[in-house]
Amino acid sequence: MTATTMDIDTDPRDARGQGALGETIFRWLCLGAATLLLAALAGVVISLAIGGWPAFRQFGLGFLTSTDWNPVTEVYGAAGPIVGTIVTSILSLVIALPLALGVSVFLVEFCPRNIAKPIAVAVELLAGIPSIVYGMWGLFVLAPWFALHVQLPIMTSTSLPGWVQAVFAGIPNGANIFTASLILAIMILPYMAAVFRELLLTIPSQVREAAYGLGSTSFEVIRKVMLPYVKRGTVGVIMLGLGRALGETMAVTFIIGNSHGFPHSLFDSGSTIASTIANEFAEATSDMHTSALIALGFVLFVLTFAVLAVARLLLASEKH
Amino acid sequence: MDRALRRKITNSVFVGLCGFATLVALAALVLILWSLVIKGVGGLDFKIFTMDQPAPGSPGGLRNAIVGSIVMCLIGMVFAVVIGILAGTWLAEYGGKTRYGQVVRFMNDVLLSAPSILVGLFVYELLVKPFHGFSGLAGGVALAMLAVPIVTRTTEDMLTLQPNTLREAGMALGAGRGFVIRSIIWKAAGAGLFTGGLLGFARISGETAPLLFTALGNQFFNANITKPMASLPTTIFQFALSAYDDWQRLAWVGALLIAVAVLAVNTIGRLVARESHRP
Amino acid sequence: MFKTFVVAAGIAGLLASAASAVDISGAGATFPAPVYSKWAETYKATTGTGLNYQAIGSGGGIKQIKAKTVDFGASDKPLKPEDLAAAGLYQFPTVVGGIVPVVNIPGITAGEIKLTGPMLAAIFYGQITKWDDPVIVKNNPGVKLPSLPITVVHRSDGSGTTFGFTSYLSMKSAGWASKVGASDSVNWPTGLGGKGNDGVAAFVKQTPGSIGYVEYAYAKQNHAAYVLVQNKNNKYPQPVAASFGAAAAGAKWAQAPGNYLLLLDQPGANSWPITSATFILVYKNQDNAAAGNQVLKFFDWAYKNGDPAAASLDYVPLPLSVKNLIRKQWIANVTSGGKPVYTGQ
Repeated sequence: MTATTMDIDTDPRDARGQGALGETIFRWLCLGAATLLLAALAGVVISLAIGGWPAFRQFGLGFLTSTDWNPVTEVYGAAGPIVGTIVTSILSLVIALPLALGVSVFLVEFCPRNIAKPIAVAVELLAGIPSIVYGMWGLFVLAPWFALHVQLPIMTSTSLPGWVQAVFAGIPNGANIFTASLILAIMILPYMAAVFRELLLTIPSQVREAAYGLGSTSFEVIRKVMLPYVKRGTVGVIMLGLGRALGETMAVTFIIGNSHGFPHSLFDSGSTIASTIANEFAEATSDMHTSALIALGFVLFVLTFAVLAVARLLLASEKH
Repeated sequence: MDRALRRKITNSVFVGLCGFATLVALAALVLILWSLVIKGVGGLDFKIFTMDQPAPGSPGGLRNAIVGSIVMCLIGMVFAVVIGILAGTWLAEYGGKTRYGQVVRFMNDVLLSAPSILVGLFVYELLVKPFHGFSGLAGGVALAMLAVPIVTRTTEDMLTLQPNTLREAGMALGAGRGFVIRSIIWKAAGAGLFTGGLLGFARISGETAPLLFTALGNQFFNANITKPMASLPTTIFQFALSAYDDWQRLAWVGALLIAVAVLAVNTIGRLVARESHRP
Repeated sequence: MFKTFVVAAGIAGLLASAASAVDISGAGATFPAPVYSKWAETYKATTGTGLNYQAIGSGGGIKQIKAKTVDFGASDKPLKPEDLAAAGLYQFPTVVGGIVPVVNIPGITAGEIKLTGPMLAAIFYGQITKWDDPVIVKNNPGVKLPSLPITVVHRSDGSGTTFGFTSYLSMKSAGWASKVGASDSVNWPTGLGGKGNDGVAAFVKQTPGSIGYVEYAYAKQNHAAYVLVQNKNNKYPQPVAASFGAAAAGAKWAQAPGNYLLLLDQPGANSWPITSATFILVYKNQDNAAAGNQVLKFFDWAYKNGDPAAASLDYVPLPLSVKNLIRKQWIANVTSGGKPVYTGQ
């Protein structure tokens, strides 16, 4: 946990590096590390595929399309958690991305440097709060407040049109898809903001100054010069956020309400793949139940694959 | 309305929105920390660091969990920093544009979103089941697998952003590529690399699920990494959901400690990390 | 910097090679974890032997003992004799606890509402949807029940508590048994799920008109408004340790093959109807005689000296006759190389 800047002995005799052999070794080390990473992931996916195979064989496509999840009759359909995962991840990204952009731009561009540092550290601190604490805070603080000040007024209001009521229908106790997404957004915000701030800081000052010199406002400089400059990194930021949101377990489990059906409204309870695994894995005694949960994990990987692939395609189409 | 005025107004609104976003983030932190402090500070005393976790109704602290967490996070971070920085370097400097590089990058993003519980299961199959025993080492490896993708991702992003003039200057002096990377590029990107390491550490400092299947947890003090090992998150998890007030209080103290640890590592690291190239 | 890092890692490694005293480990059910940790603490103080128990869930306990990653497993859900035989395991009970339905109805205090088993099943099935349903009103003369919709709160995580509760509902309602059934996680017909006893208690507290079920300790510590449930003798005992003890006292362990016994709906005027024991699983044939001996010695010690600690944490100890029966079973059932690992010493 020490800093990750690495001091390399810069012996003057060594000004030309360690020669060709050293070069090759270093290069192979880097390649080895990348390959190890690939192997680790392959290991996870393969072990999930093997573990989940009995469930896939038994239920086939129904595993993905049915919402009937019944440990007693040993019938498992995972459509509810799959939809819940997609909805909460996208919602949380929609909430967190503008916040992360705003925070990092504010810190880099508009905030005096001596205040920016502590604020940046404070925002990063959000990443250091354990998942379970987010869950408990959500359960004991956010949910009751949300139920009282948001859900009840909406439900008891007579002036709102029917479709609005339908969107916000649900049991007024604050445990629903929306509050889960909110907690998720707070959890992924620090990752996105920290990396985004680093990206903005690396933009050479002459690039910015040239734009300001042409009389642009800050907003124009950021929109037309800085954001395009860090575009590739921005995709990385979104991936980081989305990745964290898709797999987040404990916090969501506490506050999503955990029902296996489709969520019918924003304020309806639901479940995610990760929360279902966390809820049931510890107590799953039958082989098929365990297999269904592992198959669910495999589905999450496939889902991540799909989401990332789509994001990459979108990015590729944006390249001029 | 003339164009200049409109541009001014747009700009002011934008600045205002950015400020507001910052306020929202800080408000969330304050609210969560506030509940941590309210519930945790009362239980903070010397015993926390000198005594092991108690049974309900007995006096005790969190020494075994603190030590276990430090040991396992260290193991995890050593693996994560070494592998993550090397892999990120390969992606940024060597093979990022090759087909293989694209596969590695894509897979790394996938690994980022692996639910920690599944990583825990994999390490269980790899290091626990074959050896018939839970261990702190298995816990450390599971944590490493969670931190590596973050370090890799940020390393690549930060290195890619280093201007090519740096590389060219180094090469012009006749130094080899690897030497330039190690002595110039890594140094220049130091703060960014540090952020990556820090985010990796923050990510694993509070992980419960993967440790349950790998390190298991331990009621007593144990510094032997081949045996089951306690950690703050697993202890918090057990205590926070219990019916007993004294256990719940200890859980909040533990959560506060993790937050303080991340803050401390962050602050110390920021002081140490060279930020000379910053505007 | 990097060097410091490597040095730190080296120090961590050295630290890690220090020997430890903990040599038996067990894992499983969360319900008895507090009492096991209390016993282990005192046991270590008196004998020096550490016994590390971790709450990972009953299913986890069963899986881990089968994978031989722990010396013993623990489960709230007893394994059926045929499952025990297939895995080569032996199980025995340690302590008893109660499951208590809790409600949040404005104006209703603890113990004010009386329900029967079939009514509970109808409520949790979503058949009875309002608190002033004629069926409930008729069973509670003189109690002012509001016209409030019922919100069912159940566990979201698999749990031995859910197994006990749904087993009870299945005994009391043929409809429940056929449509929902009994398991540690079921497909709930209605309601929402809270994580852990704590999550259920919190949701009940937050939702007017709700009903949930929790372990006795949580009902007691949260001062929750519990419901009285009708027992086999048509009486309504209070959910207290004495009532759980009464349910356990009449249980016929000697006639239960493999100690497979649910303490639900036991006869006796004072028996709480939703009572359950928790179990320990060990291999009949121990690979390591010393470890097997340590495990049984620990529970022997706990049977002898652990009752006050159990009672202080709201668990009910087993009757002495049952403990002696189990000790005899150990000698007959748990062996290593054909010799019993526990000989009563």
